[in-house]
Amino acid sequence: MSSLSIPHLLGLHDVPKQDLELILDSTDTFLEILDRPIKKVPTLQGKTVVNLFFENSTRTRISFELAERRLSADVVNFSASTSSVKKGETLLDTARNIEAMKVDIVVMRHAAAGSVKFLSERCTSRFLNAGDGAHEHPTQALLDMVTIRQKTGSLEGLNVCIIGDIAHSRVARSNIYGLLTMGANVAVCGPASMIPYDLERMGVRVFTNIDDALDFSDVINVLRIQLERDAGADFPSLREYHNAFGITRRRLDALGKDMIVLHPGPINRGVEIESEVADGPYSVILPQVTNGVAIRMAVLYLIGTRAE
Amino acid sequence: MNILQNILDESGFDRMISRLAHEILERNQGVDNLVVIGLRTRGEFVAQRLAAKLTQIEGGTVQTGVLDVTLYRDDVRHHLKQPEVRATDITFDINDKHVILVDDVLFTGRTVRSALNALLDIGRSRTVQLVVLVDRGHREVPIRADFIGKNVTTSRGQEVRVRLREVDGLDAIDLVSTEA
Repeated sequence: MSSLSIPHLLGLHDVPKQDLELILDSTDTFLEILDRPIKKVPTLQGKTVVNLFFENSTRTRISFELAERRLSADVVNFSASTSSVKKGETLLDTARNIEAMKVDIVVMRHAAAGSVKFLSERCTSRFLNAGDGAHEHPTQALLDMVTIRQKTGSLEGLNVCIIGDIAHSRVARSNIYGLLTMGANVAVCGPASMIPYDLERMGVRVFTNIDDALDFSDVINVLRIQLERDAGADFPSLREYHNAFGITRRRLDALGKDMIVLHPGPINRGVEIESEVADGPYSVILPQVTNGVAIRMAVLYLIGTRAE
Repeated sequence: MNILQNILDESGFDRMISRLAHEILERNQGVDNLVVIGLRTRGEFVAQRLAAKLTQIEGGTVQTGVLDVTLYRDDVRHHLKQPEVRATDITFDINDKHVILVDDVLFTGRTVRSALNALLDIGRSRTVQLVVLVDRGHREVPIRADFIGKNVTTSRGQEVRVRLREVDGLDAIDLVSTEA
């Protein structure tokens, strides 16, 4: 079958392997379009997509918007700072009003975990989660997976470690779900104060020492220390974090093996990752961004043209 | 699905490709600026054979590519079906080239319509010339082929099934009934 079994993309939790494979396999098609002189196909012509961003975002919103426009969808942008949310309208009322304007697909980001699922159950539009609180950010995990796969050919049996603030990270959560489904061995590493307990029960290994983690890994996904989320409460200082967990060229070179380094951006240079690594040969950070547009096109195509 | 009529067998297949190749060469006076692009899935392999035949007759090289038109289909946009999308693979520039567009069967013409749109997004070719192995009629849009292997009269409840060595293990074209 070449159709998704899921009507919405709310997260990667419980998404079956064949759906993940279909999305990942479709990405090449869309990457090819991004290399053309005319980077546009008519597939979603006549469909309206609204980007409903209750939380700030630059790169995810631009990436989604490019993907939508390259599929010829009509795009409406909504951001909370300029909307009636400020005037006290509830989430459901906002969504119902938007839906009354006959929108086909809603791409949504919100600070509350579960908010996208909540609306998807109460509206008829298709929903794509662009990040809900500390819950999930499925397209980020998909683009991470496709980037890894381009390098390694497969995710099966690969050792992938996610490094940083795991507890507050929707990127980590989506990656863990997706990678486990695809048969990778997943580990996390970070200060004990930033690692949720019970992760082992999901089949995830936990490292609190960075060198052990690097030793284990074929791929590392370095998360951003979210300064705005008052990460300072979980460790003494940025400098100390960098000394204990920062990814440096010296640490990677000392391993004497291939390593793939991902980072969802934006980078705090010199905190979680050194410039020499971010811009160096181990890094696939910019390919991640290109793949992000392609994977979002794939998801929009598969969700947007799925037979009811 | 039962076979009503065998339209072409293994040996006829090669003769048909040869004749089409000669016709293409006659019309274009050689292989200069000629590129061959097949439509997924079976057009891809017919295109490769045609290109091989062209080189065999004329010498030189003929570039081949594959076009996937899924994203341009009108039935996808109307939720009629969701075929698997696969990548277009055209690694050369088609600007100012004579594009020989290859498909196995010409039926409603909608696939070719999608292909023409897809080609326009890749570049502006000098000409587009359509080659099909079988034209079975029942056009829904004003499209015609430039080179036709065989015209076959069919009814709507029938289907022209093309099997190719590369995909199906043998070369054959049959008229089959899709009615149970």
